[in-house]
Amino acid sequence: MTYIVKPANHHPNLEKNELGLTRRDYEGTISTLCAGCGHDSISAAVIEACYDLSLSSDQIAKLSGIGCSSKSPSYFLNQAHGFNSVHGRMPSVATGANLGNKDLLYLGVSGDGDTASIGIGQFIHAARRQLNITYLVENNGTYGLTKGQFSATNDLESRSKYGEDNLFSPIDLPAMAIQLGAGFVGRSFSGDKEQLVPLLKAAMKYQGFALIDIISPCVTFNNHNGSTKSYDHIREHNLSVSNLDFVPLGEEISTQYDKGSQIDVPLHDGALLSLEKLDDRHDPLNKGNAILRLNEAEKEGKVLTGLLYVNPDLKDHAEVLNIADTPLNQLSEKELCPGSESLTSVNSSLT
Amino acid sequence: MKKIASINEFVIKFANVNGSGSASANQMFAKGIFRSGIPVSPKNIFPSNIQGLPTWFEIRASEKGYLGRKAGIDFMVAMNPQSYREDVAEINSGGYLLYDSSWKREFNRTDINIIEIPLTSLCVEEFPNPKQRLLFKNLVYVGALSSLMSIDKNIFVTLINEQFKGKEKLIEPNVRALEMGFAYAQNNLNAQCDIKIKESNLTDGMILTNGNNAGGLGCVYGGATVCAWYPITPSTSLAEAYKKYCDQFRVNSETGKNNFAFVQAEDELSAIGMAIGANWNGARAFTATSGPGISLMNEFVGLAYFAEIPVVIFNIQRGGPSTGMPTRTQQSDLLTCAYASHGDTKHVMLIPSDPKECFEFAAQSFDVADRLQTPIFVLSDLDIGMNDWTCPEFAWDDEKKFDRGKVLSKDDLENMESWGRYLDVDGDGIPYRTLPGTHPDKGAYFTRGSSHDEYARYVEDGEINARNLSRILQKYQGAHTFLPQAVFKQDTNASSFGVIYFGSTEASMQESLDELSVSGHPIDAMRIRSFPFGPEIWKFIDQHDILFVIEQNRDAQMKTLILAESKVSYEKLISVLCFDGAPITANFISKAIMKHLSKDFITKTAEETL
Repeated sequence: MTYIVKPANHHPNLEKNELGLTRRDYEGTISTLCAGCGHDSISAAVIEACYDLSLSSDQIAKLSGIGCSSKSPSYFLNQAHGFNSVHGRMPSVATGANLGNKDLLYLGVSGDGDTASIGIGQFIHAARRQLNITYLVENNGTYGLTKGQFSATNDLESRSKYGEDNLFSPIDLPAMAIQLGAGFVGRSFSGDKEQLVPLLKAAMKYQGFALIDIISPCVTFNNHNGSTKSYDHIREHNLSVSNLDFVPLGEEISTQYDKGSQIDVPLHDGALLSLEKLDDRHDPLNKGNAILRLNEAEKEGKVLTGLLYVNPDLKDHAEVLNIADTPLNQLSEKELCPGSESLTSVNSSLT
Repeated sequence: MKKIASINEFVIKFANVNGSGSASANQMFAKGIFRSGIPVSPKNIFPSNIQGLPTWFEIRASEKGYLGRKAGIDFMVAMNPQSYREDVAEINSGGYLLYDSSWKREFNRTDINIIEIPLTSLCVEEFPNPKQRLLFKNLVYVGALSSLMSIDKNIFVTLINEQFKGKEKLIEPNVRALEMGFAYAQNNLNAQCDIKIKESNLTDGMILTNGNNAGGLGCVYGGATVCAWYPITPSTSLAEAYKKYCDQFRVNSETGKNNFAFVQAEDELSAIGMAIGANWNGARAFTATSGPGISLMNEFVGLAYFAEIPVVIFNIQRGGPSTGMPTRTQQSDLLTCAYASHGDTKHVMLIPSDPKECFEFAAQSFDVADRLQTPIFVLSDLDIGMNDWTCPEFAWDDEKKFDRGKVLSKDDLENMESWGRYLDVDGDGIPYRTLPGTHPDKGAYFTRGSSHDEYARYVEDGEINARNLSRILQKYQGAHTFLPQAVFKQDTNASSFGVIYFGSTEASMQESLDELSVSGHPIDAMRIRSFPFGPEIWKFIDQHDILFVIEQNRDAQMKTLILAESKVSYEKLISVLCFDGAPITANFISKAIMKHLSKDFITKTAEETL
C-alpha cells in the first residue's frame, strides 16, 4: 500500500556513480514489510549493487511471483519495469520476457514458498534451460503472508513459533540448482551485506542462470529460539566458503589474496570474479565437490554461504536457441512477414 | 447384383491397423483425387495409441464440393481383421469391399461387391524385407484403386517422387509396389468397380491442407516471434508447423540466426507464462493447446486479462471432459474459453471454419490481441486442425500493416506530461502501454494481478477496483469492430427460420442447407466467427422466429453464450447437438431440422383447420 510517500529531497552532496546517479536514484517505493524484515536488507543490497555497477534502471526488468518476497521489487529500482506475476510462475514469465528481449537484465525475486513449493517445476526448468537471469530466493523458511506455515526449505529440527514440529526434510535449493545445471549458484544472508553485495554484482554480470539463495529471517513468524532461519542462528552457524571480489572489465585487480587461496574466474564480458578461498575442502569450479560440501555442511549444522559453484563456459538459453542478435521485440515487419510472394510458393506446395 | 455407379461423388473408407504406415498411403490416395481436379476431404479417424489398434481413414470425393463427413460407405478397403465386422456392416448396399484375400473370407452380406486382392502374398513374393512387405501392402492397394477407379497412375508416381525427394533409394520400391497393384487390378479385376474419377478442373486455385498447418503459417505472417507450447493432441502440429515455416522464412541468411524462438515448455502453465512474458516485452507470442491445457492455463489467462497483456491462445478442441477423447473432435470449450479464469472475466474468441480461415484468423489474432491488450482464443477443432481440407489458396495483402495497438514510443513518452498505464484516455476503455527499456526515466510501472489504480499502483480501494473492472468491460463492448463478422447464406432473408452455426460445421452445413432447399425448406443461415457478438448477430436473431443452433457439444454452449449475452428468449433457439466425437454430417443436421419443421407444419395445419 502506498499510504506513505517517500520524501523526494535528499542530501545535496550524495556520491554519484559513473552515470551521475546517486543511490537514491535506485530506490523504490517505501517498504510495507514488517520492521526488521530481512527482505528490506536485500532490497538495500540490490540498490547498492546496481549503483556500484552503474546500471541503467530502465534496462532492468524485475519479476516476481507471489508472497512477501515477491512484493519487494516495488521497494527498489523505481525506473525499472516490474512484473508481479502469479504464485510460483515467475520463471516462465521471465523466460518469455527474455526471449522477447534478451538484452535487458532480468532480476527475478522469489521466496521459498514461491520457488521450493508451488513453483518448483518452473524453477527447475528455468535452471535447466540456463535462462539468463539473476534469481534471488528470499528464503525465510515460512509463509509470511498467510501467517507462519512451514515452507519446504524449513529445516527438520526447526520448530514453528507456535511450537509445532516440522515433519519433513528441507529442500536445499542451491544443491538442487547445481545438480540441475545452473551455471552460478550462491547462498548468502540478508544480514551480511559485505558478502551479499559482491555476490549480487557477480550474479548480475553472469550470463546464464544465477541463483542466490538468501537466508532472510522473518521477524514476525520465524525468528524465535529454535528456528534455524533466525538472525541469531544464521549468525552462529554461517560458514562462508570465500571472499568474493567482482572486478569489472578494464579494472585492475586490487585485492591480492594469500598464495594458493586465490581463484580468478573470467566472465563472458571480460569481467573477473576474484575469489579468496576460506574453506579448503570446497572447490567452486567442481560441480560434484560443491554438492558434496553442501551436504557435509548440512550434516555439521552449518550454513554454507558465498559463491558455491560457478561454470563460466555455459551457453545461456537464447544462445542455445540461436536467437538473432537483434532482440525479437525490435525486429521490423519486413523481417517478420514473408509477404505474398512467399505465399505463392507455400500454396503450390499444398496442391 | 446392384453396383453403385458414380462419377466424382463417393465415400471411400480405409480400415487399417495403426502404426502400419497406412495413413501416408491413404493421404496419397486423397491427394491423387485432388490432383485429378476433384474436391476431396480426407478424415483420419485414429486412436490415441502408437501401434496395433484399429484406425480408419475416410475420404469423400465430391465434384459438388460437399466436403463434410458423410455416413454410409460406398467403397471399403478393409485391411484390419479386428474390425471386419463393423467395417463390412457400414458399406452401403451395392457398395464395394476390397480385402486382403491372402486369407480368404466369407462376409455375411450378399448385397455388396467383394473385390479380392492377395495383398500380403503379392508383397511376400516381391519384397524380401519383412518391414517392406508390411508397408508396401498399402501402396499395392493404392495402385489397384488407381486402376479400378480410373485415376491416372502417373499422378501417384509423381506423388511418390515428391514424397521421397532426398531419399531417392525409396522411390523405386514404392513405385514397384504401386505398379504391382495396378497391374493386378488390370489383369484380374477388370470392370469390377463402377465408381470412377473423371478428371476435372474444380481444384484450380485450391489447396489441400489442414488447419494446424495453416494456423502455424498464419502465426509467421502475423509476426509472432515466440511460440511456447506443450505437446498435446490435436494441437501439436500447429506449433510444429510454425517451426517448419520459421525455418523456411525466419532464419537470417547472413548470420544463420533465428528471428524467432520456439520453446517446448515443461507444461501448459509454463507455456502460457512464457507467451505472456514475451508479449509483456512487446514480442508477439502465442501458445497452442487443447482442452486439458486450457484448464491448466486458466490462472494465467486471468492475469493477462486483468493486467491487460496481449496473448494468443490456440485451442484445437477435442472430445472432453477430462482426458476425454483426445483424437476425436468437438466444439465443447466455448464456455470455458469465453469466461476463462476466476473472477469476472470475458474473452475474445475467433472461430475459424476451415484452414484458410485458420491462416487468416491466426495472423489477425495478433493485431486484435495488441489492439485490445488481452488474451485472444482462436478456437479451432481436431477436424479442421488435423484433417486436410480442400480450400481456396491462402492470400496476403502486402499493403496491410501490423496493428500494434496503443504502445508508447520513447518520443511519445518524452512529450507527455503524465501517463497512467490504466488510464482511459480515448474513451474506448483501452489504455496506453509501455515496453521495458523504452525510456530512461519515463513509463516504468509495476504490472500486477492484484487490484490496481489507473497508475498501476496497488490499491485495496473497492471503488477504484470497481472502476477499473468497468473500464475493462468497456473494451469488450467495442471489441466486435476488430473481429471477423458473421457470414450469411444470403444478403436478404428468405424464411422465418434461421440456422446459427460455427466452426467446422461449415462443410456439412452447406450440404444440409441445399438438402433443405431441395425438400422445400429454404431456410436462412448465419455462421458466427467471433465473440463478443457483433450487432449483425442480434439483427439476424431478431429477424427470425425460430433459430436452429447447430453445435458439436452436449450442453448447447453457443446457445448458452447467446442467451447469457442477450435478451433473446430461450424458446426461440432450438438446439441441434452432435457430440459423438465424429464430425457432424449433413444428414444429421437435415434430419433434426426437418423433424422440427414438419412438427411445426403439422401444428400450423391443425390450427388452420380449426
